[in-house]
Amino acid sequence: MTVRVQAEPFDFGAESAAFAAGATSAGAVVTFLGVVRDDSGTLARMEVEHYPGMTERALAAIAAEATARWHLLDALVIHRYGSLQPGEAIMMIATAARHRAEAFAAAEFLMDYLKSRAPFWKKEFGADGAVWVAAKDSDEDALTRW
Amino acid sequence: MKLDVLYFAWVRERIGLPKEQVETEAATVADLVAELVAREERYAAAFADVTALRVALDQELAEFSAPLGGVREVAFFPPMTGG
Repeated sequence: MTVRVQAEPFDFGAESAAFAAGATSAGAVVTFLGVVRDDSGTLARMEVEHYPGMTERALAAIAAEATARWHLLDALVIHRYGSLQPGEAIMMIATAARHRAEAFAAAEFLMDYLKSRAPFWKKEFGADGAVWVAAKDSDEDALTRW
Repeated sequence: MKLDVLYFAWVRERIGLPKEQVETEAATVADLVAELVAREERYAAAFADVTALRVALDQELAEFSAPLGGVREVAFFPPMTGG
C-alpha cells in the first residue's frame, strides 16, 4: 500500500504500469485518474491546500480499510496539492485484487472517502475572482452506501 | 495548557493566520471556540456558523463537544473537498 501527497506532477501511465507489474498475483487492476475540471470555461487555475501530516494519516487509514474490506493485494493513492491548471492530473488511485468486483468496489470506496474525509481544500481562480469549492451534500451521502 | 491551533482554507483567510499557540484552560473544543470568538471580530466571523466547520484533534476528526485533555494540536477547517 502506497500513499503519496505531492506538489509535483505524476505520470499516470508509468505509475499504472509499475503498479500492475508489481501486483503479480492479482487477477484485476483498476486505476482511476482525477483531472482538474473547468465547468465554467473560465478557470485559470486551482489551488489545492492540505493539512500536512493529517492528510497522509487519513489517506493511509482509508487505504488500509479498503485493503482489509476487499482483500486487496495492493493499493496506491497519489494526491497533488499546490497550483494546478485545468486538464492537469490532480490525483490517482490504483487497486489490485484477485477479482475485478473487489478492485472496482475498493476504488469507488477510496474515491468516496478521500473526497470528504481527507483534508484537502480546493480554491478556483477564474474570471469572477477566487472561490473556495464547497463540499456537496451528495459527497457526504455517498459515504452511507458503504 | 498550550495548544497549537491550526486554520485551513477560508477559516485561515478569515482569521488571517495559519497557526498560533493558544494558552487556554478550555475543557472542550466548543469552550475553546467561545474563547477565540470573544477575542476579536475576525474570530467571530470565522466561527459564526460552526455547523459549517470541522475540527481535528491531533490530526483525527472530532466533535465540537470533544474534551481537550491531553490534546496538543487542534485544527479548524471547512468540509473537505479532496478528489
